[in-house]
Amino acid sequence: MTDAVLGGTGTALINILLLAILFVVAIAIARLRSLFAIVMLSGVYSLVSAAWYILVDAVDVGFTEAAVGAGMSTAVLLGAMLLTARTAKPEKPFSRIGPFIVCAAAGIMLLYATIDLPPLGDPASPANSGVGLTYLQVNWYDTGVPNVVTSVLASYRSFDTLGETAVVFTAGLAVVLLLGFGERSLADTLRRAPKSETLPGTVRKDGDGT
Amino acid sequence: MKGDHHMILRVIAKCLIPLIVIYAFYVQFHGEVGAGGAFQAGVVLAVALILNALVFGLTATMRAVPPWFTRSLSAVGVMVYAGVGVWAMLKGGHYLEYQALFGEGPGGHDGQHAGIIIIEVGVLFAVSGALTTIFYALAGRVAEIRDEDW
Repeated sequence: MTDAVLGGTGTALINILLLAILFVVAIAIARLRSLFAIVMLSGVYSLVSAAWYILVDAVDVGFTEAAVGAGMSTAVLLGAMLLTARTAKPEKPFSRIGPFIVCAAAGIMLLYATIDLPPLGDPASPANSGVGLTYLQVNWYDTGVPNVVTSVLASYRSFDTLGETAVVFTAGLAVVLLLGFGERSLADTLRRAPKSETLPGTVRKDGDGT
Repeated sequence: MKGDHHMILRVIAKCLIPLIVIYAFYVQFHGEVGAGGAFQAGVVLAVALILNALVFGLTATMRAVPPWFTRSLSAVGVMVYAGVGVWAMLKGGHYLEYQALFGEGPGGHDGQHAGIIIIEVGVLFAVSGALTTIFYALAGRVAEIRDEDW
């Protein structure tokens, strides 16, 4: 790996520190039984990996990880956690041997695969020398958009992005079809406890929605 | 009074939520020049609403931003995106060919800018609407987060 990309010893130390935090958090998640702590730690995991993505210059990926992984999925998991018990059941001592072997084998295979990866920021790597280079060359004439990520996502590959938008919409639709809109809780809350959940400063009409 | 032991949380959330929304629009409208774009902006916008729901209660949030609005917003977003493609076809181009929006030749950028801005608005609507709808559907099944859960 070249020092020009990695930025020398300091950046390497930060890399090691962030990856060590990720490792510790992952171990903690695997060993904890309290679902609330697990949800919060998975948010921490996403935030630390977002910081690490920023460090390796994947700014858009890091931003998405911070917004979706640390923000959105933590909140959704929190909502899902409230529907079930607060702690996972204790497990029998040797029930996790099989999954452990599978995980270790997959990890060894992934480590073996990294040998073939080009170094970080290698200009001769397939990603940087093929169609990626062409985009960088023709983007300014074609679209006049300074951010190549945006012009690739929104202009060159806008069919893909239309599909992604439709996927997000379909995901929302699927959840609604399975769980309902959640409006019943609004009506229920208003009917059952019109006073007790009133917050200071909120004006509410009693009997609304019943 | 009930709820007073979360006063610090409520005050800080009240200060933070407008900032989060402004940041979402900043990300949205700087997608052409900086990191992030409409997907991230939509998520940040939805997270602002979810933070509001977690701190001030789901009922108050549903009254401010009703569920019918979020699910309509999501569908409208996809229609806005797809509509840009139809617009390009009506002007004689291919589907989603931004050059054709204003009938420009190669090297003309107005159609590209307009097309990208409009589809990003569509993505913002679709993502924030869908994610808020998902949260409402999940959180609407339990009344509130109880104090002992924190």
